[in-house]
Amino acid sequence: MTLLYALSVAAIMAAGVYLMMDRNIIRIVLGTALIATGVNLVIFLAGRLGPTAPAIIETGAYTLGEDAANPLPQALVLTAIVIGFALLALAAIVAYEATRALGTVNADEMIAAREEGNPFEPASREGSSARK
Amino acid sequence: MSTDLLVILPIILPLTMAGFCAVFWLRPGWQRWITVTGMTLMAAAAFALLAGVLSQGVMVSQPGNWAAPFGIAIVADPLSALAVAAASLVALAASVYAFRGVSENALHGGFFPLFCGLMVGVNGAFLTGDIFNLYVWFEVLLVCAIGLLVVHRDGVNLDAAVKYAALNLFGTTMFLTAVAFLYGAAGTLNFADLARVVPELGASAGLTFALVLFLLSLGVKAAAFPLFFWLPIAYHTTPPVVSALFGALLTKVGIYAAFRIFMLLFEGTTGLVGEIVVWMAAITMITGAIAALVQTDLRRMLAFLIVSGMGYLMMGLALSTPEGLGAASFYLIHDIIVKGAVFLLAGVIAVAAGSSDLTKIGGLIRTHPVLAVIFLGAGLSLAGLPPFSGFWAKVLVADAAFDGARPVLGGIALGTGLVSLLCVVKIWMEAFWKTGPEGMRVTARLPLVMMVPATALVLVSLAIGLYADPLMDMAARAGAGLADPSAYIEAVMGAGE
Repeated sequence: MTLLYALSVAAIMAAGVYLMMDRNIIRIVLGTALIATGVNLVIFLAGRLGPTAPAIIETGAYTLGEDAANPLPQALVLTAIVIGFALLALAAIVAYEATRALGTVNADEMIAAREEGNPFEPASREGSSARK
Repeated sequence: MSTDLLVILPIILPLTMAGFCAVFWLRPGWQRWITVTGMTLMAAAAFALLAGVLSQGVMVSQPGNWAAPFGIAIVADPLSALAVAAASLVALAASVYAFRGVSENALHGGFFPLFCGLMVGVNGAFLTGDIFNLYVWFEVLLVCAIGLLVVHRDGVNLDAAVKYAALNLFGTTMFLTAVAFLYGAAGTLNFADLARVVPELGASAGLTFALVLFLLSLGVKAAAFPLFFWLPIAYHTTPPVVSALFGALLTKVGIYAAFRIFMLLFEGTTGLVGEIVVWMAAITMITGAIAALVQTDLRRMLAFLIVSGMGYLMMGLALSTPEGLGAASFYLIHDIIVKGAVFLLAGVIAVAAGSSDLTKIGGLIRTHPVLAVIFLGAGLSLAGLPPFSGFWAKVLVADAAFDGARPVLGGIALGTGLVSLLCVVKIWMEAFWKTGPEGMRVTARLPLVMMVPATALVLVSLAIGLYADPLMDMAARAGAGLADPSAYIEAVMGAGE
């Protein structure tokens, strides 16, 4: 069970990393979202998987029962999901605005900041170090 | 004032001000004053906290009365109190400076709420005593930093924001993964509890993986070689006040987290990790300085000098001795103040000469002799010459390296100091000394709201340089606290009883 779970997390993470290595910034955003999902699953795994009871304290008791699930990772995942969602929304809008302002989705062609005050000849694809 | 309130005020004050700024969304003029007031109060609170920590030792607040390790503790030890105080000074200077030079787009897009929000994230990260909470503060300051880049709504800043966001989101996500693995191995998230539990666990695959991921993610945050490439591409495009905030604070939060995590959890950097950090520090220092030297744009040079400064800070971590960590703590405070000062001054130069491209400006010493002297002061502090704070910072770090049996690292640090001096001399000669090019439009009257805060930061650096003893004592206490966390653990874990 744990192994299967770990393997599927690995698959999600690998897909995310693969997408992040793309030049298209929309794909980079999607890759980030996948990795964030993978991390949430890892946090869940860190609390150990198993056939456990819900983390509810019985009436009259003061602590969780012996076989109850670990509630902390669930709280962490909940926090991480909320933050991850906000970040995804922000990343998407940044990507959208950048695409609109720069007229491209290709990260390689987004060179406005790189060329600002660049001491080397612009657009020298050979990496020439000729000074201005 | 009660301990609880004192410890949490540097976080609550900017948060409240961010809220007020958001309420008066349509009135940027009011937001300005709210921000300046908030930053003044925050600086006062930060110095009160520093005084409290120096007289009483580590101060802890357990919000909601959830005793550690179950609740999230807010902890101020000498290092975090010092860092909060220095960060508040820079934020106060920047908030005054922001009266000029922020575009209408940015003002109406929420510049001031994001400014306050950034300080919430920075102070939160410095003060938290919980590793998952640290992740949350990282996200707070990351979102505000991205916001401060995109509010200008022009191509250059949006491009910078894309690169910045992609790499930093990846870094933060890796940090969260590391936290998950650490939790899986140790079963707790509280720093003090982790510091008790982790050393007794023994080596395990999960712990090693967490260690590697912490190194990777904090390397991205702290702009260490080979992970610094997002920094020089994003820091020179923004208005000077934003560059100053970023340059002074963001990378420093990363290195602070690295100090905290590696010293508390992994008992310093030993063995192979130690070797890796040593070489990362050395290469970060030297590549930053050399890359700065070839730049012709003032703010690009300064951005690379941030990278170089991070190398010095990592040296402290690489040494892991009380002296090395004390020296790095001193350097951290110096670096926060001076990086803030030089970026603010770079903005003043750009106003005076109409550009920050060193090939297009010159001769400012004739028209602006005062600015020339002030910038020279900031530059000499940056390069590490007396009587400024940079001198003591570099002396302490190099001395600790020679004492800590890392003479090569000490030698590289001294050599890098020479290259940084060359950078500063180049900037000063190009901008002030050489004859200006034809047709350069000089603005004669410089706005006081820009000059005063920048000058104040340079004077702080000078004061630290002239009266180095108090800060040296505090930094030594911070270093000792990092090297031997027993006081920290006792304060947090014993506070619940």
